[in-house]
Amino acid sequence: MTGWFADFMNHPATYLKSGWLQISVTNLLVILLMLAIFTLAIFLPFPKDKNRHHE
Amino acid sequence: MSQMWTAKLRNKWQKELPIEKLLPDDQPAYVSSWIYVFGVLTLATLAVIIFSGIILAFQGPAWYHISKTGKFVNSLHFWSVQLFFVFMVIHLWGKFWMAAWRGNRFATWATGAVAFIASIATAFTGYLVQTNFDSQWISFEAKDGFNSVGVGAWFNVTNLGQMLLLHVAFLPAILGVLTVVHVLMVRKRGVVPPIDSEPSPVNEASK
Amino acid sequence: MSTNKEAKAEFDAAPWAGKTKRYDIVKEGTIALVFVFVLTVVLSLIMSSPDEPPLTFKGWAVSNPDNLYATAVQELAGTSGTATYGGPYNNASDGLNVGPLWLQKWAGVTHPIDAANDFVITPLSTQVLAPEIANAVATWKSAADSQRQAWATAYDDAITKVEGKLSDVAVGAYGPVPVLAQGLTDMAKSGALDAALLSQGGFFQTDNTKQILFFGDGAYLDDAGTAANLQGGTWGMMNETGRYPGQAWLWLYSFWYQIPPFNNGESKPIGANADAYIMVIMGLLSLGLILIPIIPVIRNLPMRIPIHRGIWRQYYQSQGIKRRKM
Repeated sequence: MTGWFADFMNHPATYLKSGWLQISVTNLLVILLMLAIFTLAIFLPFPKDKNRHHE
Repeated sequence: MSQMWTAKLRNKWQKELPIEKLLPDDQPAYVSSWIYVFGVLTLATLAVIIFSGIILAFQGPAWYHISKTGKFVNSLHFWSVQLFFVFMVIHLWGKFWMAAWRGNRFATWATGAVAFIASIATAFTGYLVQTNFDSQWISFEAKDGFNSVGVGAWFNVTNLGQMLLLHVAFLPAILGVLTVVHVLMVRKRGVVPPIDSEPSPVNEASK
Repeated sequence: MSTNKEAKAEFDAAPWAGKTKRYDIVKEGTIALVFVFVLTVVLSLIMSSPDEPPLTFKGWAVSNPDNLYATAVQELAGTSGTATYGGPYNNASDGLNVGPLWLQKWAGVTHPIDAANDFVITPLSTQVLAPEIANAVATWKSAADSQRQAWATAYDDAITKVEGKLSDVAVGAYGPVPVLAQGLTDMAKSGALDAALLSQGGFFQTDNTKQILFFGDGAYLDDAGTAANLQGGTWGMMNETGRYPGQAWLWLYSFWYQIPPFNNGESKPIGANADAYIMVIMGLLSLGLILIPIIPVIRNLPMRIPIHRGIWRQYYQSQGIKRRKM
């Protein structure tokens, strides 16, 4: 089980540079993903409980 | 009888954390947001990390270099750690913006924060015991930081045996205890009420 | 106002007396576990995990023998990174400090390393040597310290002068040093140095300190780190080999190494002691994270920036609770 995408993953990474800032595309994606999940977790409606048990 | 330490402990436990609080079947109505799932996701991911880690431990640190099964289990361990930090950090952000330390919940916040730091230490030792180029590089680089404040005298990142034992025994034990205490405190104190809610006719009326 | 605050604190601490809803904690936990396990399996199947093979002394000796040779001379002359390091390996320097705190020195020498002997002479002595090299080892061992130092330093200086180009090194009084360095390079080429450095004459071995320190004294490991974008000065602490995600959670630790004065080793006192200062800063910031609930201003941010209005939106709407002005 070497991973269907493993060849791609083992390729040298692409880095984004801007002055002293440098980040790999992968790490940037992970961080953006975290921010996106956090935002969605706050703004997506949570399913309502249909049968409330104590009112 | 009430003077017995055992009885005292049992009575205190039963009073403060009865089984109904430990395994509740209801929650305050405000517990209604996706942000609440990230605590349990962090716990679930920790379980997957420990499960895959136990399999790796049975075969030794070099197994995954030569076995396809080993590589797969190593991948489970790697990705569950990545997910663990994603979920834990989102959980931390959520609890910060809820000011979840309100209402005598300082210790709940603090154990969570210490568990976060302990997780970083545990993951770090994991990177050191991969027995590959990563661990060569990380141990050579990281030794300077620890040596610079004298910690390197006892915590020697270039000692594979020491790092391996800390990674599979001491650090997970610490993290496990912190996690259990953190969860028990959440159950004991309950989920923090919303920031703008306060004693009001609305809440009083529903008593 | 303060009574309001007290009432609110009491309300926050009291068991919830308001509306509740059904909540199956065991079911939630089970769903989370299955979800996470499946997600982990899928990610593993698709992307596998990083595993760059370790570098070896053999690889170093084959790909850059002159550098290994020159590094061996530095170990004999006492000018290598390890030989001049200080605690916990030797007393060659005081190490780093934070103001009056010389923690590195105070912790003492707990992992003694004698670079010349541990990295060069002892490994050579484990081998059946060609007569020329055996003679060089014997000459080195029987010479006085000052004599060894004079030979090795002269040769080290001569190599430095020609910037490592060994064929250009002038003739001089280098004693057995060139033969020792060549012997060690040849030994490394055969693969024997890897094993000899690890075992240090013993049988069981779990400590790689000596191997890793010698390895890092040369250019081979450093060049590989640069090629893989792992250098600390360019956020390497966060990075992983290949395209895999790294330890992104170390971003703040890594951050300090990118900015002045920490990124300038010449800048005193902080840049020159960056490792120690950053360790202390991160210790304090970690303490700060734990103590957020009692840190003024920061502990009030969640009340001032109303992200909570989003989190508890459904509850606020159903109860008609308005935002309270802080």
